[in-house]
Amino acid sequence: MRRPRPFDVLALLLLAAAGWALWGWAVREAVWAGDAAACRAAGGACWAFIGEKWRLMLFGLYPPAEQWRAALAVLLSVAFVAACVRWRRAWPLGWLGLLALDYALLAGGFLGLSAVPVAQWGGLPLTLLLTVSGVGGGLPLALLLALGRRSRLPLLRLLAGGYIELIRGVPLVSVLFMAAVMFPLLLPPGWVLGKLLSTQLALALFVAAYLAEAIRGGLQAIAYGQYEAAAALGMRHGTALATVILPQALRIALPALTGIAIGTFKDTSLVVIIGLFDLMTATRAALGDPRWLGFSLEAYLFAALVYGVLSWSLSLAGRQLEKR
Amino acid sequence: MQARSYPWRLSRGRALLLQGGVLLALLALLAWCWHNASLRLAAQGVSSGFGFLQREAGFAIAETPIAWSPADTYLRALGIGLLNTLKVSLPALLLASALGVAVGIALGAQSRLWRRLARGYVESLRNVPLLLQLFVWYGVFSALPPPRQAPQLLPGVFLSGRGLLLPAPLADLRWLWLAGAALLAVGLAWALYRRRWPLPVLLPLPPLAAVGSWWALGAPPLWSLPVLGGFNFHGGLLLSPEFAALGCGLAFYSASYIAEIVRGGIDAVPAGQREAGLALGLRRAELMRLIVLPQALRVMLPPLAGQYLSLIKNSSLAVAIGYPDLVSIANTAINQTGQAISGILLIMLAYLSVSLVVAALMAWWNRRLLQRGEA
Repeated sequence: MRRPRPFDVLALLLLAAAGWALWGWAVREAVWAGDAAACRAAGGACWAFIGEKWRLMLFGLYPPAEQWRAALAVLLSVAFVAACVRWRRAWPLGWLGLLALDYALLAGGFLGLSAVPVAQWGGLPLTLLLTVSGVGGGLPLALLLALGRRSRLPLLRLLAGGYIELIRGVPLVSVLFMAAVMFPLLLPPGWVLGKLLSTQLALALFVAAYLAEAIRGGLQAIAYGQYEAAAALGMRHGTALATVILPQALRIALPALTGIAIGTFKDTSLVVIIGLFDLMTATRAALGDPRWLGFSLEAYLFAALVYGVLSWSLSLAGRQLEKR
Repeated sequence: MQARSYPWRLSRGRALLLQGGVLLALLALLAWCWHNASLRLAAQGVSSGFGFLQREAGFAIAETPIAWSPADTYLRALGIGLLNTLKVSLPALLLASALGVAVGIALGAQSRLWRRLARGYVESLRNVPLLLQLFVWYGVFSALPPPRQAPQLLPGVFLSGRGLLLPAPLADLRWLWLAGAALLAVGLAWALYRRRWPLPVLLPLPPLAAVGSWWALGAPPLWSLPVLGGFNFHGGLLLSPEFAALGCGLAFYSASYIAEIVRGGIDAVPAGQREAGLALGLRRAELMRLIVLPQALRVMLPPLAGQYLSLIKNSSLAVAIGYPDLVSIANTAINQTGQAISGILLIMLAYLSVSLVVAALMAWWNRRLLQRGEA
């Protein structure tokens, strides 16, 4: 151990002061239950506001009686990530099952479950649904793009490279706007693409470009001898890709893929801009209640906690997955 | 490119067939979309194209680096949007880099306290969406006290709910004299630095030269200071709460990513380099500045370029807090004219050009660094 320096002492003092101030605001002078008037009278944080609004923030406008379905959809997504750590081969296709289950649970209309229209879906389940469809839906396209970019056929190389660079060069906000204003124009008159569906499509198209670059990195790391060995065993090109090359490439690309999944999870918050009712929009909606004006910091902290815990768990799962 | 031949061969005919098929499918999809779009646009009575750019825009813009009136064209509005994007991105880039390097060094510090603090910063900012952070920053900047109670941080620097006020340089030719004197002093300092004069003596030279020549000119007023008059400030430079929130949000968020890149770069410098520096009697700060950082920079540059690009792209979140950047102005234009396809194409074109310029600059810097290393 080395001798403490003046800077360390300074940092410790600043930290202690900040900690004391935070303790005072968040715990000592906080209001845990009561109404807005009680909160305004006290000087600290108003956790009563979160107590009043947590349902709106987490589940949006989903009917309260059916709320367990939305909660179950969230639990299923978390369980899926945990299951992927245990059964590594599950993730490339398992997301499809998860997506179908989440959809069925949220939509209902069978086995005595009442039907809930898409317009009432919201909050955390919607955020997770967008994440799963963005990453999962982007994956097949990303595989094709990565293989295309490494193809020996010049046209495929050009098309895949052009698409990847074009998408990576523009911000997600502009792609979401495109989904909102341009996708409806491209369909034949009379066809309607729901807002949720076109956003999911746009997210998948956007994320695919980033996933493709990560997979290409994995493909590039495969030793050439692997291709030769597969060919020497008499495998056809497609068989070799599916059983020898891609499993290894995906494993190498895993850290990058996890990073993109976390990024997508955070980026789904941008749907605020096109008015989809995800966790972020629901938080903003809770802030708009005229009886409870002025407690935005508490609400944002709560939302930050939800986002933070989930993306941190995702990165933890990613690290576990790499170790195995 | 590949020295060895690929184990699987595709006959020439099949290769042509495959590529032709893909091209045909893509063209068919595009043609179908084009056909549908023209049907829909005809039904809406909108003629597509870029003719609308010359029409009168008719909306107000909150922040305009160049002159603007609602009677101006859409083209000028989009230009203002692009300028606003650059105006917020460049200061945010600088702030993010400075903060990122500091936090990155702290991530590898000897003191466990500083390491923990830096790790806490990185983890808490990286795991929360940037948009949420922007809302918090915007809340902070717009909740500041009104001008009459605004605290003065430094002479001429005020924090108010209307925005951050700074002294602004006046348009005056005498600035050229000051700049010339400062440049001369920089040249002199550089020459002396080569002769191993100590930095603490050299660094004050350029500012001293500038202040000295200002004094010699008779100390003319060159700054416009913000002054409180009535209910608002006059003079000075006003940075709107939207601008300040977006700039701070982008900078602090990107700094957490840059810090990790810096730590990775520092880790990549072989330990022998530090030991050699220590053996030569360098102090810790000198070791960092002269030995470690220059070598770390080569590892850092490629990911840093990516981070800079994503900061510029992330500035499009401006639309959520009402800062008139390119995407937000283009969105207004699309809503007013119905020109969705042209508008989206213009946004993409603008960002692609900015990305290409930044990528080219970073590639040039990277090449220079690598060349210098070989010499």
